[in-house]
Amino acid sequence: MAAVLEIENLFKSFKVGFIPKKREILKGVSRSVAAGEIFGYLGPNGAGKTTTLKCVLGLIFPDRGKIEIFGHPPLSAKGKEHVGYLPENPYFYDYLTAAEFLDFYARLFGLRKKDKEDKIATLLRLVGMEKARDLQLRKFSRGMLQRVGLAQALINDPALLFLDEPLGGLDPLGRKELRDVIVRLKQEGKTIFLCSHILQDIEMICDRVAIIVGGRVISQGALQSLISERVLFTEVTLSGIDPADLIDLGEPVSTLGDRILLKVFQEDNIENLIALVHERRGRIHSLVPRTQTLEDIFVEMVRQG
Amino acid sequence: MKIRAIALNTFKETIRDRILYLLFFFAAIALGISRLLAVLTVGDRVKIIKDVGLASISIFGVLMAILIGTGLVYKEIDKKTINTLLAKPIQRWQFLLGKFFGLVLTLFIMTLAMGLIFLVIVLLHTGKLDSRMLLAILFIFLELVLITAVAILFSCFSTPILSSIFTLSFYLIGHLSWGLETLIQKTRPGTGRMALRGLSAILPDLENFNFKTEIVQGLAIDPRFYLFSALYGLVYTLFILALAVLIFKKRDFI
Repeated sequence: MAAVLEIENLFKSFKVGFIPKKREILKGVSRSVAAGEIFGYLGPNGAGKTTTLKCVLGLIFPDRGKIEIFGHPPLSAKGKEHVGYLPENPYFYDYLTAAEFLDFYARLFGLRKKDKEDKIATLLRLVGMEKARDLQLRKFSRGMLQRVGLAQALINDPALLFLDEPLGGLDPLGRKELRDVIVRLKQEGKTIFLCSHILQDIEMICDRVAIIVGGRVISQGALQSLISERVLFTEVTLSGIDPADLIDLGEPVSTLGDRILLKVFQEDNIENLIALVHERRGRIHSLVPRTQTLEDIFVEMVRQG
Repeated sequence: MKIRAIALNTFKETIRDRILYLLFFFAAIALGISRLLAVLTVGDRVKIIKDVGLASISIFGVLMAILIGTGLVYKEIDKKTINTLLAKPIQRWQFLLGKFFGLVLTLFIMTLAMGLIFLVIVLLHTGKLDSRMLLAILFIFLELVLITAVAILFSCFSTPILSSIFTLSFYLIGHLSWGLETLIQKTRPGTGRMALRGLSAILPDLENFNFKTEIVQGLAIDPRFYLFSALYGLVYTLFILALAVLIFKKRDFI
């Protein structure tokens, strides 16, 4: 698939302190994002995720390196015509109402009056904010701002969407709703570049991921190829068995009443365990095999990096 | 189109700013007091009304330009609203010009409102209006436009408090720089005089916009001087805006 975003060997440093000292944030980041995918860009706090995004959007100037959005340099208006951006912890003009705010951004794209009104109504519905249409943004909660933020990012019907921690500050229901919106946007053919450190979200929706630690991309690829299908251990909840008998079979994690949560590492032991429970007339309540998760890989890589 | 959208938004931002109304309230009081002062004066009362009135419009207009203008760009950077805005297909110079024109529009309306109150007071007192009064107000407005550009220039790289101090200094220097001319004449020809001449060329001369005395006293003004003052304002404003754009172009928005 054609690449919509190309980043090559990006370097960026900032001068900090009273006596300026150079601090390197990005140390040679290269990425390519293909059309139509959800690309997850993850890393711990301060790894350089937002800095990369800001370089791409022309908000800060990289020291070295090349960036192309749809074949255009980042500062060109042409490249930005098809781009949407939701920043981390969005904060907007608090003296405007949600509708006025979206109207302002729609004007920047030269939308016609009728199209503008339709678009604003559709977007407010999409992010579940139609009731807050005439409310000033100063009265919005963090989650509401996040939703309006997503709406403004979609005002130009962008082909490429940059979302920086889009699910931060949302309640569980809100997270699910916004996750669904993101997946729907992908189905509409949009490319999504998602920065996050909430791995669960990334794991659920991303096609490909890159992990950045200390300004360097240390791993990248399709999600399936990063996460192995190998079963790491099996979590078994059982009751009616003396914990002392279980020590050889696995590692007891916790007990709640007569229920024991046991981590079983070898597959052979599971059969032995089932046989034991059967023999002692105990009960197995659940048996969950745990494969490797993105979190396991992430933790391992951050430690190494 | 894009500049217009930003200007319109800035207009909304500034016209909903409480400081503006506070200053407008005090300006209205000052204009009212001019009438009161006239009562206490021996001599030409109309002159007092006109003098105090025009000075009030000028001072409160400058305060509006400084107190609001110095926060305009800084607030956008500080609150990071600029991040989403500049991610849209607009150039940085368009952003700055939009901010500038937005505040200029607000100041235009404020000057108009203060001017109206002033003219009504004069009309009630004298029963007639001097059209040159409008010219005096127009040149006060041109000065405000220049002050706005200066406030925005400082706001590009400095905090509102510092920018306010810088802009206020610019205003004060601008109104006192004519004193240099006297100093130049009293200095012996040589390097010292050359240096003073250089300084006088760089420093703004805001007295160019001040027709208050002539108009209040009913003195004749050469029309070429109006033209010169208007051109001076335009060129100086463009120069300051160009400087602001140059600084703003290179900024990182962290």
